[in-house]
Amino acid sequence: MERISGADAVIRSLQEEGVEVIFGYPGGAVLHIYDALFRQNQVRHILTRHEQAATHMADGYARSTGRPGVVLVTSGPGATNAITGIATAYMDSIPMIVLSGQVQSHLIGTDSFQETDMVGISRPIVKHSFLLKKAEDIATAIKKAFVIATSGRPGPVVIDIPKDITSPTDLIDFEYPDTVDIRSYNPASKGHSGQIRKAISMVMEAERPIIYAGGGVIQGEGCQLLTRLTRTLGYPITNTLMGLGAFPGTDPQFLGMLGMHGTYEANMAMHHSDLILAIGARFDDRVTNTVSLFCPTAKIVHVDVDPASISKNVAVDVPIVGDVTQVLEEMNQLVDAQISERTEGQKSALADWWSQIEGWRGQECLKIIREESDKQIKPQEAVQAAYEVSGGGAYVTSDVGQHQMFAALYHPFDEPRKWINSGGLGTMGFGLPAAMGVQMAYPDEQVICITGEGSIQMNIQELSTCLQYSLPIKIINVNNQALGMVKQWQDMQYEGRHAHSYMESLPDFVALVEAYGHVGFRIESVDDLEPVMKEAFALKDRLVFLDILVDPEEHVYPMAVSPNGAMRDMWLRKGVRT
Amino acid sequence: MRRILSVLLENEAGALSRVVGLFAQRNYNIETLTVAPTEDQTLSRLTLTTHGDDREIEQITKQLNKLIEVVKLVDLTEGSHVERELMLVKIRTSNSQRAEIKRTADIFRGQIVDVTGSTYTIQLTGTKDKLDAFIGALADAVIMEVVRSGSSGLSRGEKVLAI
Ligand SMILES: Cc1ncc(C[n+]2csc(CCOP(=O)(O)OP(=O)(O)O)c2C)c(N)n1
Ligand SMILES: [Mg+2]
Repeated sequence: MERISGADAVIRSLQEEGVEVIFGYPGGAVLHIYDALFRQNQVRHILTRHEQAATHMADGYARSTGRPGVVLVTSGPGATNAITGIATAYMDSIPMIVLSGQVQSHLIGTDSFQETDMVGISRPIVKHSFLLKKAEDIATAIKKAFVIATSGRPGPVVIDIPKDITSPTDLIDFEYPDTVDIRSYNPASKGHSGQIRKAISMVMEAERPIIYAGGGVIQGEGCQLLTRLTRTLGYPITNTLMGLGAFPGTDPQFLGMLGMHGTYEANMAMHHSDLILAIGARFDDRVTNTVSLFCPTAKIVHVDVDPASISKNVAVDVPIVGDVTQVLEEMNQLVDAQISERTEGQKSALADWWSQIEGWRGQECLKIIREESDKQIKPQEAVQAAYEVSGGGAYVTSDVGQHQMFAALYHPFDEPRKWINSGGLGTMGFGLPAAMGVQMAYPDEQVICITGEGSIQMNIQELSTCLQYSLPIKIINVNNQALGMVKQWQDMQYEGRHAHSYMESLPDFVALVEAYGHVGFRIESVDDLEPVMKEAFALKDRLVFLDILVDPEEHVYPMAVSPNGAMRDMWLRKGVRT
Repeated sequence: MRRILSVLLENEAGALSRVVGLFAQRNYNIETLTVAPTEDQTLSRLTLTTHGDDREIEQITKQLNKLIEVVKLVDLTEGSHVERELMLVKIRTSNSQRAEIKRTADIFRGQIVDVTGSTYTIQLTGTKDKLDAFIGALADAVIMEVVRSGSSGLSRGEKVLAI
């Protein structure tokens, strides 16, 4: 048995978990832990410039790899700065471990220096949390935290560690447990076979079916099985914002994203379907539009690992609680066995359904309208150019706003985990640090951050971290000189009164990124878009910031009509609705 | 509809705040809440009464079940059950009222547990409805103080909530 300090026990536990990198920022309450980090070289520590960014980096790392992201912050302000990132991870069910320092045990509750009730503050935005009482509990708590964060519906776990239990002079016996028993935690694993059979018989009999798949399929590693099922069935499929890449975005069976800014064909197909096979998606309000008007003719099968997601917003006909991989495996077996029995009538019903869908597709809802002589860049074109120039296989993170929706709509994703954005919380400031987390995980891959001039300023200090760790991210700043998404709503719902949606006194971004030691280009004409972007992407080992001035008047369409709209009710262009 | 949820909870610091926090966070109401350790010191038993339709109660129970420290729970109102609440009522008593109040307490099988020259303290156990009815029956008396424990309960017969 090793005799080590609590601080060493923290780091040893991370080593035992196979953690290769953690993101953090030091301070008084975690000094013992930082010293333990210093005295080893197995776990790499990335020094960020803000704790919020540390959490987003860990988040980007987790989303791109499927492995939990780990964060280390000090007590008080370090802990509170981490909150936005924890909430972001919680809303999108991202596995994350946050180690926060706490004041010494005897000072807890006395309003001591840099004391904050981290467990209390984070309670509604964590899957679970621990306030440690003694050094002997460190290993078990960390083991439990990893189990909880990564199993069932994943999520962030906070471990609050009082400084005194990490003291270098108090040694404890250390042994990292192989397994832990948490008697009250048994996440669902196997979907009910009877329900799966029932679901598949409905799926096979449907005349106007659609598959609606979300981020749960990616998290549950079910994408290949989903793709196989969809192809065998020959059914149309749509993905949520979080599910993009779960099914190849360039496949003809893919109708695009659904929901508030979903494609015309995806939303129309949902509304008119007679069967929805929902997998790892949660009928979020950004998808359903008005719940009482949601898909009036559809029977719904819903597969999810979280029982509480089922029939929460929309009542479903066949609930299946289980691990997505296992459920999809069983579904594939059943469909493989039954597909040859499909009748001529069923085949022609499906063909009719597809021809109706092709009609909707023919609307070309994403067509970019521009005058030939007009040299001003459309924001959609900036996204398309990034897709073309990068070859389409890059990891793409985004911030929040119009540019995020343009990225989701105009950059197809053929593989899972390549599209990384804050869907549930919609956190501006997510994009750059998330891209950094991805680049840490995949040093040799192309990583693009699509951002806006508003969002990028919410964590721009991380350009300094990028220099320190040589992260060659390509930042596409879709600069519409406005908080575009806010402005769009003001145009549509407040008669164009732009209350504080302008970003006046924008910095000279090129000068700014150069000051941080990186390369910057400004692009103003559509003719320069691809050539300059190619030049940027050719700088393989440098971070390049492309400040792309785009049409400030552009809106994101389609856009759901609300309130009181169904999924088929959309704005298609300025002043034109279904 | 009124529901009585009975929950087995890890007897750990912070567990109760997660349950209470969940109700606040998700906008569910709590009417009464009682909690105490069980014969197994590692477990607490919590009884919670709330109102909601089937859909709301389904969500509440699912969300409660998601809390790591919730070991097991049951909606007692789904089957036949025994429900009890303890109430203590302190009443100002004038000489002319004392006999009448004593009679009312007897009818409800209440016990007078403290007496002074000007007050009675009556202890009563029963369902929420019975306790409410007793308060109603005291309409003419001056109630100085009421303290209620909140409901506790368990299923009738062989059915138990245990690990
Ligand atoms: C932290 C945070 N604050 C406020 C918002 C509300 N919000 C959503 S989009 C948006 C505008 C974003 O502007 P920009 O980054 O320039 O993107 P654009 O919409 O112009 O493409 C705002 C303020 C948010 N999502 N996150
Ligand atoms: Mg903008």
